[in-house]
Amino acid sequence: MGIESQNHELTGTLYVLSPLTSHLSPLTSLTTHYSLYMSKNFDYLDHLEAQAIHILREVAGQFERPALLFSGGKDSITLVKLAEKAFRPGKFPFPLVHIDTGHNFPEVLEYRDRLAAQLGERLIVRKVEDTIRRQGLKDGSGKFPSRNALQTNTLLETIEEFEFDACIGGARRDEEKARAKERIFSIRDEFGAWDPKRQRPELWDIYNGSIRKGENVRVFPISNWTELDVWNYIRREKIELPNIYFSHARDCVVTPGGQLIAITEHIRLDPEDITANREVRFRTVGDATCTAAVESPATTVEDIIQEIIETKISERGATRLDDRLSEAAMEDRKKNGYF
Amino acid sequence: MKVNILKFITAGSVDDGKSTLIGRLLFDSKAVSHDILHTLERQSKNKPDGELDLSLLTDGLRAEREQGITIDVAYKYFNTPRRKFIIADAPGHVQYTRNMVTGASNADLAIILIDARHGVVEQTHRHSLVASLVGIPHIVAAVNKMDLVDYDEEVFYRIAADYQKLAQKLGLQEITFIPMSALAGDNVVTLSEKMPWYTGKTLLEHLETVELSETNEEVAPRFQVQYVIRPRTEELHDYRGYAGALRSGNFRKGDRVVVLPAGIESTIKAIEVNQQEVEEAFAPQPVVLHLADDIDISRGDTIVRLDSAQPAVTQDLDLDVCWMSERPLYPGDRLLVRHNSATVKAIVKEIYHRVDVHTFEQQEAEQLKLNDIATIRLRTAKPLVFDSYKQNRSTGGLILVNDNTFDTVGAGMLHEVPVTETLQQDFAI
Repeated sequence: MGIESQNHELTGTLYVLSPLTSHLSPLTSLTTHYSLYMSKNFDYLDHLEAQAIHILREVAGQFERPALLFSGGKDSITLVKLAEKAFRPGKFPFPLVHIDTGHNFPEVLEYRDRLAAQLGERLIVRKVEDTIRRQGLKDGSGKFPSRNALQTNTLLETIEEFEFDACIGGARRDEEKARAKERIFSIRDEFGAWDPKRQRPELWDIYNGSIRKGENVRVFPISNWTELDVWNYIRREKIELPNIYFSHARDCVVTPGGQLIAITEHIRLDPEDITANREVRFRTVGDATCTAAVESPATTVEDIIQEIIETKISERGATRLDDRLSEAAMEDRKKNGYF
Repeated sequence: MKVNILKFITAGSVDDGKSTLIGRLLFDSKAVSHDILHTLERQSKNKPDGELDLSLLTDGLRAEREQGITIDVAYKYFNTPRRKFIIADAPGHVQYTRNMVTGASNADLAIILIDARHGVVEQTHRHSLVASLVGIPHIVAAVNKMDLVDYDEEVFYRIAADYQKLAQKLGLQEITFIPMSALAGDNVVTLSEKMPWYTGKTLLEHLETVELSETNEEVAPRFQVQYVIRPRTEELHDYRGYAGALRSGNFRKGDRVVVLPAGIESTIKAIEVNQQEVEEAFAPQPVVLHLADDIDISRGDTIVRLDSAQPAVTQDLDLDVCWMSERPLYPGDRLLVRHNSATVKAIVKEIYHRVDVHTFEQQEAEQLKLNDIATIRLRTAKPLVFDSYKQNRSTGGLILVNDNTFDTVGAGMLHEVPVTETLQQDFAI
């Protein structure tokens, strides 16, 4: 067979192949159901919500003593909303657990207590301060003493105290590279350690929460949500948030790197410090000593969503980094220390 | 406009340009955040042409591989105004089968990367077999590195014809062929000027527009109980709701249903979605169902509509498996089966055959090793309620769990129950 005729063959194939580059025509599609209209309106937030509720109900079905780790941040507040959807009119099959660093914004504590009371659910608070005293640990020191790392000790103590076999957390895979590889049901040994080598493959929506004595599971129902998804959900569900998420005037220390740290009783002010009153909001709600504020005029959820979207647009073709935004990203990473 | 989600996997090795392709998609859709971009620019400065090295975006994975850490699937996210995308990225080394099966189990689409210089190779066979086994609805055969073959259309069509043959063997249905260069950006996000002979869509456009049968509603109505809601308060004293997800199809208030495996009939008294009563619900909505009769129902039980095709209810299961454990599987082994919210003990009755992942040949096997794909028979302690995986992806899949370590050691895709066995069962009842 000559090259010429081979070419003809190939051209012939071309015509066979070209219909394949278009997708199924409506005629061959099977979706002629009467609930078609309804299901066609099932959008990505509905899908994310359905997955999260499914996961929460699996936790309730598989574990004897689960807990929901509640920080007062937007992600754990979203989890609470999802738990209402999963279990009402029944009670939550788990208590809310707050690991209190003692370095909180008072607005967040006030919000926490009010929410727990509104829900009529049990709230367990365990303080890092008590762990420090009990275990003779060294408290965070320096100018901005952080208790981020110490939180883990308190969390492990609390897991032991209540014999929790599953802890639900609001971490998301888009937060950090390591998180991108963690499972939705993540098995931890007695020391709370995550062993990437022992991760269980997670297939379909079947979650394997079987564990041996001493082990426990961290469960992340909103793993597949991004920061923007969470904000869009908060908007759709009209979820109330602590007001430090929105723009307000605040006295801050401006660090040499340009970060804004709120002036609270927990940090040390030195004479050479530059202080300023700025219009700021917080992107994450963590330890007040190391959670930087960002300058922002955003006073509503709508404004914040717009800000997040615009941040992305401004990245287009950017050759220089905007310091303020990169700091915000760093804060996001710090937050991961919690889990 | 409604935005939905497309979940896809990329199958290929680093050499096929997989990292670069993912990097290109993330970068061109502006999903790369500032700090990562900064790192990227810094690292790319060392390159002679100063171009951004997009494969660095997945560099975390590579670094870990060098350290010998086992990683299977990493998830990445990006979105366009039309869709939200979830990429399950499984590194393409030798132990790939298990990872790809894991990533593929939730995927709507698979991008199978083929190096234009090498065409369809052994690895392409393996990737396509897994795609067919796990039943991924849409396949993109991405013929990459077209820049290295002078954007020659003949090369593309020859590879496409080869792949078509392979796909036919496996029964893969919807395949879209795209010639591209992830490195140069041809046909990934923007149409290539160098391949005017290609009249199809760019990869991203295809990902944005491919039609999803998203709610799984055309298949028979199935519901499985995850959790029973019993408030036991004074005002809700008699409240008893079955919480779970509709796995497929739809249910309406008043539907006649049967609870399986017990086989008790009842009527749907009420359906709650989002704490509100509705007339109708559809998969994959999370719902709370109420039945007219007081029946003993617990977690793992299945409720199906009486007027629909009935699922299999049996203790003898034939299934395709992908074995995922270092410890081999032998006939006679005991395991736990997790079938959605139901968990039962099982014993391996027989290994029918294993499949050579490169030639698709069936071979006899006395044991299954890590990454083996095979067909086996299990006997369970209690009947399972299921449809064949081919008919219903959301009721036909199960996982195998080691009964001592509780690790997940296998993925199973259930076969249809042969008619002869169904008859025998009917007689037995």
